[in-house]
Amino acid sequence: MGMIVAERKSVDEIVRRLDGYGSILVAGCSECVTVCQAGGEKEVEVLAALLRLRGFTGVVTDVLTRQCDVEFLPALDEKAAQADCIVSLACGVGVQFLAERYRERWVLPGLNTKFGGGARRPGVWEERCGFCGECVLHLTGGVCAIIRCSKSLLNGPCGGSQDGKCEIDAEVECAWQLIYQRLQGLGRLDLLSEPIPPKDWSHARDGGPRKVQRPDVMAV
Amino acid sequence: MKSGSRLERLFAAGHFVCTGEVGPPKSASSRSISRHAAHLRDAVDAVNLTDNQTAIVRLSSIAAGVHVLGEGVEPIIQMTCRDRNRIALQSDLLGAYSLGLRNVLCLSGDHQAFGNHPASRNVFDVDSIQLIKLVKDLRDEKKFQSGEACRVEPRMYIGAAANPFADPFEFRVVRLAKKVAAGADFIQTQAIFDLERFKRWMGMVRDRGLHEQVHIMGGIVPVKSAVALERTGEVAGMVVPPELFKRMQGAPKGKQQEEGINIAVELIEEIRQIPGVRGVHIMAIAWEEMVPEIVERAGLLPRPQLEETGPQARE
Repeated sequence: MGMIVAERKSVDEIVRRLDGYGSILVAGCSECVTVCQAGGEKEVEVLAALLRLRGFTGVVTDVLTRQCDVEFLPALDEKAAQADCIVSLACGVGVQFLAERYRERWVLPGLNTKFGGGARRPGVWEERCGFCGECVLHLTGGVCAIIRCSKSLLNGPCGGSQDGKCEIDAEVECAWQLIYQRLQGLGRLDLLSEPIPPKDWSHARDGGPRKVQRPDVMAV
Repeated sequence: MKSGSRLERLFAAGHFVCTGEVGPPKSASSRSISRHAAHLRDAVDAVNLTDNQTAIVRLSSIAAGVHVLGEGVEPIIQMTCRDRNRIALQSDLLGAYSLGLRNVLCLSGDHQAFGNHPASRNVFDVDSIQLIKLVKDLRDEKKFQSGEACRVEPRMYIGAAANPFADPFEFRVVRLAKKVAAGADFIQTQAIFDLERFKRWMGMVRDRGLHEQVHIMGGIVPVKSAVALERTGEVAGMVVPPELFKRMQGAPKGKQQEEGINIAVELIEEIRQIPGVRGVHIMAIAWEEMVPEIVERAGLLPRPQLEETGPQARE
């Protein structure tokens, strides 16, 4: 399942930021962060238990259907009203949605939101999408050069590709080697002879905060 | 003439061209640049100025190029895609040309994970092939990447790198062809130690006729010791054959530097015989003073003189 992959911050870091707060609400999310085992019900209870061990007595918990959808936020209102501080174990979207809703409450991120990726095997998640806003996977045989090449080269591989590995680390696969092999297997190496022009990064984060508006969905 | 640079004129006149390299210092002083330029003045035809190589902050390649020019040496400024977006790259090309610089080598750039600022962001708004095209568009089409016209265009002689030792091997010549199609005028290769592989690559280059469309210079790195050679072989995209390493190891203590020079000279002599090779690029970083001896022993002195067209005018 493709998803936002996140990883919990260290308890030490979370505790440092909670200094001075009495009642704390740890809020999880049932979507991506549940799947990647960073902010679901189990992880929420684990963090709550760890905080209690560190001397925080007023810790309560809840898990929302989705923190990234305002429709589901009211379910948290009652507990949020009782808390001095909310630790969100959702991705950065959830943290912000809670901060926007609970203007009088201090909302802290409990996770580091890492990337768009998926599980390769139990306990291993890998990045596959950088949300560049204009997919070019048709040019590169379904291997993303933007996110999997360390230099986001559109005309790779660079001179640092050796034995299928990237120059930055022998553990990192060279995306362009993968692209080459894939296109070779498909008999489409001809695609690599064509120079790919500079990307229009205005569709990416570089163009400012992005918004998708769908009138067809709005009308329903 | 595309740029009229000394380098371009030497190639046009059919000379076997010899270039050197200077790494600018990690300081605001130009003294070491001028000293190294003076060492190289009569030994090579032009000198590369590296652009924050291995992602370590150094005096800028453009500023270094101006210091080298002041020593009467032809500069080739290196320009990487790591640190600047297309706005800054075009701006620097305008500035470099206005300062009298006429040659630019377009590179992707080492990843910043290697350098002393691993916490920095990289840019890679364009890649090396797109950068070549960008420089050519400015020169030949007189237009910026936006499509707008450039009133006084920077007329740069365009260089690019090629690494016959990186993988996948069969793709390396395709990549060269892409660089040539994008507008590369000359090529400097990664350091050659594996002569057999370089010859195989040149064979593929000739099969495609690329040697007639671009001036290919073989890269030479003289090494001071067996340890240095071993380390070089560990760099991604570098190949050092075991026999060569054994030969360096076999040299008696105190004679390894001499053996390193011998190897460099022999490599130049061999590379020069390969059809389609139009020059050598000697990268003796922190060993610049040895370049004149290497060039002399390789039979490449004196360097050709050109009828001066006067100092390169500043626009």
